[in-house]
Order: sequence, then C-alpha cells, then structure tokens
Amino acid sequence: MSGPETDGRGKHHDMTETTQKICAGDVRSASRLIRDLEDKRPEARRRLRQLFFHTGRSFIIGITGSPGAGKSTLTDALISELRKQQKTVGVLAVDPSSPFSGGALLGDRVRMLRHAEDTGVFIRSLATRGALGGLARAAGDAIHVMEAMGKDVILVETVGIGQQELDIIHHAHSIIVVLVPGMGDEIQTMKAGVMEIADVFVINKADRPGAKQLRTELASLLNASPHGPQDWIPPIVSIGNLYEPENFAKKTAELMDAVAKHHAHLITSGQLGERTERKAVMEITDALRACILEPVLERLIADGELTKIAKRIQRRETDPFTEAETIARRFLKTGETP
Amino acid sequence: MPERKIRVMVAKPGLDGHDRGARILARCFRDAGFEVIYTGCHQTPEQVAAAAIQEDVDLVGLSCLSGAHRVLFPRVVELLREKNASDIAVIGGGIIPEQDFQMLYDAGIQAIFTPGASLDSIVEWIRTHVRTGN
Repeated sequence: MSGPETDGRGKHHDMTETTQKICAGDVRSASRLIRDLEDKRPEARRRLRQLFFHTGRSFIIGITGSPGAGKSTLTDALISELRKQQKTVGVLAVDPSSPFSGGALLGDRVRMLRHAEDTGVFIRSLATRGALGGLARAAGDAIHVMEAMGKDVILVETVGIGQQELDIIHHAHSIIVVLVPGMGDEIQTMKAGVMEIADVFVINKADRPGAKQLRTELASLLNASPHGPQDWIPPIVSIGNLYEPENFAKKTAELMDAVAKHHAHLITSGQLGERTERKAVMEITDALRACILEPVLERLIADGELTKIAKRIQRRETDPFTEAETIARRFLKTGETP
Repeated sequence: MPERKIRVMVAKPGLDGHDRGARILARCFRDAGFEVIYTGCHQTPEQVAAAAIQEDVDLVGLSCLSGAHRVLFPRVVELLREKNASDIAVIGGGIIPEQDFQMLYDAGIQAIFTPGASLDSIVEWIRTHVRTGN
C-alpha cells in the first residue's frame, strides 16, 4: 500500500484491497470492517478514512419508538417497499448490550428473515455496547460502511427507547417515530424529546383500543404547533394488524410514500443541507473525542494515574477541574502524544 | 488492544418449531458476554449462511429436533465454504443419535451437543475454539 496522496480536495487515493471490495459491495469485507470498528481495531479507523470519501450519497431513514412498538416489523415492510422500487437497502438493527455481562441478544433479524437471501439487502445487527443514546457506539461508522457499499437507502432501527434517547437525529435524514396506543394520556404527546424529532409518525397496532384517540390527540398537537405555510408537518400513518396482509401492505406503502415526500421536502426546502451539516458537526466532535480524550484517558488508566487523581479528589485535596486543566496543558501544549 | 467480542448466531434450520432449547442457549450466551444473533425457527440453510456472513459471526449454533440434521447441518457448512466463509465454525445440537455423530463431524460440524450437555460446557467449547485473535 502506498502512502496517502491527495488531489487537492483532500481525497485519499490509498485504497486497499479491503476498501475497494467494500466499495464494490462485498458483504464479507463490509461486515468484517463493521466488526473491526465495533472492536476498535486500530487498522479499522484507517480504512474508514478511505471510505469516507465514498459516503454521503445514501438516504438514511431512522426508525425509533418504544420496545415492542413494532419497529423491526415495520423495517421489514419498508425493505419490501424499497425493493419493489429496485433500491438497494442497508439495515442497521440496534439492540441493547447487558450492563452486567456485556453480552447482547440481537433479535431484530427474526422479523426480517424473508430478506436474508436477497443480495440487494444487507442486514447487520449491532449491540449498544454501553452507548445510551438509543444507538450503538459504532452506528455512525457502520452507516458509513454501508454508504460506501453504495446502498441507496439505509434503515437504522434504534433500540426500544423512552423519551430522550435521541442520537438518531445526528445520523438520519428522515425519522419515523413509532407509537402504539395505550401508552398514556395527551400530556405525554406534549412532552419534549422523542415527540419533537418525528418527520413521520406511525400509530402502529392501530386495530387496538385507544388508537383513534391517540391519532386525534397527536393531530391536535401537530396543528397547534407553530408552523409557517412552507413548514413540514409530520404526517400520521395508522397501521393495523400485520395478520391482515392486504391492508398492512397498503398502509406500509403509505408510510414509504410519506417518507419519500419528506425526503423531497428536505431537498426543496434546503433542510437537507442543515441536517448534513448537523451530522458533520457531530462527526468532528466524535472524532475529537476519539483522537484527544480517549487516548488521554486510556493512558491515564494504564498508568494508574487516573485512580491516584480520583483518590485526591475524593479526599478533597484537589478539584476535578484543576486536574483536568493540568492534564490538558500537559498533553495539548507540549505537543506530547498521549 | 481491546479484546474481540465473541459473536455467535443461534438458528433453527428446517421445519422444526421447538425452540425452547435454542432460546435458553441464546440467553446463556448473552450472559456469558457474547453477542448473540437469534434468528428463530423455520429457516433454510441458505438463509442461515447468508445471515451468518452479514453478521460476521465467529460461530453458528444449529438446533434441530426433527431428525433432518443429516441434511441440514452439512448443507450450512457447504454453503459457508462456497461463500469463502469456512472460518465461521458450525456446531450442532438437538435430538441427534450417536451413530450420526461421525457423519456430521466428517461434514465439517465441529461439535455436537445433545440433551444433558451442560450450558457451561458449551460456552467453554466456544471460548476455546473460536477465532478471537484476528
């Protein structure tokens, strides 16, 4: 492999065999790289750097909502809709890691079995590994890998969330919030957090009691929100019983249509630029954390220094801010690499 | 360098809906600190192999209680080989008569666990045998 060369636009030409294979759509290499990124293998970061210049062309849809709301089943239905349109699809399905064992049971694929053999669909399960924002720590990286593979659309299914695990807003262009009836009164719909991030609402399991009431409350909330004539008002799609396949298919097609309309709105209104900028801010913030904070922490932990400082803080011999400033001066100003 | 997380897949190929054992194993692997992809019942070997590659697992654990293990288990190994994924280990379990063991070993199934095998022994086997260094 040759050293990095740039063509003036910052693009690196040192593509390795692996990154070339990924750009050609090879599942094995892509899946391995995602795993290397999850496991923080040092060479993985370098590969992702090369791939970065092949990203940014996919449409990314986030699907979020409470546990058991039907996110995986809807993801499965959306895959079918997208495949009907001949679009290639990447799916990232996130489930929680155990805070005790570090293990995880990743069960979202169970709902998507029928797409397992379709070469136009790449489904990858991710465990959160301690991340608290509803996504996996490596979710952003995994999205980039799927983008580099050339997937037209990437569906990102979050863990079952509560009210404010909202990391998905930094990653997706359009966000589907899946609600189910019976989860509380109208005050719940007025609260900040998850209710604010939806570009499209789904009222799932709409054949159950309370669905109509939820729809009325949600619609009244949306109508009462201040909005200009050009603003996007999140549409509400009610989806009923999965076991009435004809109706279910009709409704999921309606959902896909609503998401496509939102995508078009993002482009015509210029909001797509705002969202991709928000994403870029998050990307550099994360990269700074990975390049500055994490190596410093790792070194302090390995040296046993962190424990010593913590003990002094515990005894009130010093305060955390003074210590942090001293450490920052040591690593940032001396040019010493941590 | 941080240690690799072990990733395994638990699957039930064929027309067999008895998944209690597979579920108990999936849960046990979770508690052992593995990331477990659980894909449930009624899968074709093709679906199992494709999912194993998409998930980049170290190992596939197949469960079969219907008697079709002689056909289904070797087929999964064969498909993984065809897709250059023979580094993914395949083990099996369920109602498997002892006289079939050798045939399955010959076909590339690396271990077989039948009723009575302790959960710990299965976890230990996986820890010892899967690739975690590369």
